Amino acid sequence: MEFIQQLVNGISLGSIYALIALGYTMVYGIVKLINFAHGDVFMVGAFIGFYAITFMELSFFPALLLAMVACAIFGVLIERIAYKPLRNATRIAALITAIGVSLLIENGMIQIRGAQPEAYPNNVLPADSIDIFGVTIKSQSLMILGVSLFLMIVLQFVVHKTKIGRAMRAVSFDADAAKLMGISVNNTISATFAIGSALAGAAGVIFGTYYTKIEPLMGVMPGLKAFVAAVLGGIGIIPGAMVGGLLLGVVEGLVSASGLSLWRDAAAFVVLILILIFMPQGLFGKNRREKV
Amino acid sequence: MKKKKLAGIILSLSLGMGVLAGCGGEKSGGGEKGDTIKIGANLELTGGGASYGQSIVEGMDLALEEINKEGVGGKKLKIVKYDNKSDAAEATTGAIKLASQDKVDVMIGAATSTNTLAQVQVANDNKVPLITPTGTNETITSKDGKVNEYVFRTCFIDPFQGTVAANFAQQELGAKTAAIYVDSSSDYSKGLAAAFKDAFTKAGGQIVAEEAFLQKDTDFQSTLTRIKKANPDFVFVPAFYEEVGLILKQARESGIDVPVMGGDGWDSPKLIEIAGKEALNNTFITNHYSAGDPDKKIQDFVSAFKKKYKDKSPDAFAALGYDTAYFIADSIKRAGDDATPEKIKDALASTKDLQLVSGNLTIDENHNPVKSAAILKYENGEQVFETKVNP
Repeated sequence: MEFIQQLVNGISLGSIYALIALGYTMVYGIVKLINFAHGDVFMVGAFIGFYAITFMELSFFPALLLAMVACAIFGVLIERIAYKPLRNATRIAALITAIGVSLLIENGMIQIRGAQPEAYPNNVLPADSIDIFGVTIKSQSLMILGVSLFLMIVLQFVVHKTKIGRAMRAVSFDADAAKLMGISVNNTISATFAIGSALAGAAGVIFGTYYTKIEPLMGVMPGLKAFVAAVLGGIGIIPGAMVGGLLLGVVEGLVSASGLSLWRDAAAFVVLILILIFMPQGLFGKNRREKV
Repeated sequence: MKKKKLAGIILSLSLGMGVLAGCGGEKSGGGEKGDTIKIGANLELTGGGASYGQSIVEGMDLALEEINKEGVGGKKLKIVKYDNKSDAAEATTGAIKLASQDKVDVMIGAATSTNTLAQVQVANDNKVPLITPTGTNETITSKDGKVNEYVFRTCFIDPFQGTVAANFAQQELGAKTAAIYVDSSSDYSKGLAAAFKDAFTKAGGQIVAEEAFLQKDTDFQSTLTRIKKANPDFVFVPAFYEEVGLILKQARESGIDVPVMGGDGWDSPKLIEIAGKEALNNTFITNHYSAGDPDKKIQDFVSAFKKKYKDKSPDAFAALGYDTAYFIADSIKRAGDDATPEKIKDALASTKDLQLVSGNLTIDENHNPVKSAAILKYENGEQVFETKVNP
């Protein structure tokens, strides 16, 4: 019974990782940029949600929506200002810029409001526990899992069934050819960033209501974990990010459950290393050569 | 050639003299140095321990305001503040700056044990007294029987706090088994846990679970499930408010409803916000003082503090910040007119029966104060004064 409880604990942690990894993997899949600032957009989303709930006295869903919209705009701004000028530069230059943007957002936030933590009010969402054969499941973790699954399906639908999704896949495949076919590459990439950042913002608000405490550096670890989750599932593949996140949560949960709680973060990165050595394309990836 | 060289030497010498003369002139001309005593403060003003550092500064500022009304032996106390960002490396850098650039006579810092330990070497090497208001780890003032000559503190030490908690759990709460959940990235937490374990097992108790976490962790459910399975009568969580708040919230949610206890690291209004009032019921802390203590000196301090900071109630960190300033002022007075850091150090070491808000302070041979501890209980998000324990 304890094992099942630990599995439930792992899945509820993993669904947060999955939620962050979805936006992460989408941006990578389409722009081929490892957006290290994703974790910090997540943090900004958490704070916008917090201020919306405490100062503007909005309830949960309007706050979530507001954070998503604000983060979408924020994401597009980041892309326009920091990444667009480097569109044709080397991948490593874009990567380094992403790290710089991440540090800028973190320290900018500390500059604006200080580094002290903030606590989400406790009554944002009902916190019930469901008891099934001695296993406690929190209603909030079910909600997070539900939201992650729902967003994954919506994303799959957007990418595979809509016009903008088709444009995204075309740009991802060959940006120059897409341009020749009359696709606006800039708008498509902006749309990608808008959707990805909105997802990060949503994850931030949900994280805040679930774990209560938010602070300017809260995005660092979840950002890295989401990266591991995305690589685990096959970076750029949307269902892969979902499965990768859940798996990573379960691995961490089981490591803690066996009394090695101090090795939890280490375990996550061991998973990353093992995946990179043995299955660099990830669990869901096809083994295909990159076009040179 | 030779002439030119000679001329050069004379020129540079005279230039050098000029600079030196300028220096001397400034010193004697200003004459300010003699009337002020510079105190350096190197505290957690931002970062994870910000709540502690801010409180200490508020208490310290209030005390200095009062002290400077009359001055100490005709001198005013002036403070230089540095933010160590709750980071040990920053704490060391700050201490070096205070000792070598600002040339302060006394240093205050830091709020937590880890960040204070990072400054100890600097204080000893530069021969500037360092006083931590709230660093409770035993090794700060003495290690392996060797006393750090220039390091002092205003608070009690971890072994005392851990022992008090163990006795309270056994005698007042009737606990026979206990679980310990320790922050393994903090010297403070580990010191407290070791003292608790020692006292609890010596008195016949049994430790049924020992678990650890790291600072900045947010998910504790897996470990809490383990603790719940061990079924202890009592849980000891000697850690800081950010993580403790989350631990308490998640522990209560996962069905651990036994009494939980911690140390002075819990003492922050943020703890109540993070954990929520309900999760805090049936929890206790050992602390340096209680604002609810009816003692007159304490009530005078509480009302002065409330007057200065818009009706805010001072926590133990504010009280110890306040006391540290008085501890320093008292030593400077006794050190005499030309109080050098050396003399201040000797005066600090020989402090006896100094009446402070956090109790009667006497410094022992290991530079630790001998003073009492308060036990507080949380009821509906309020700290309630439970009892006072003497060493």
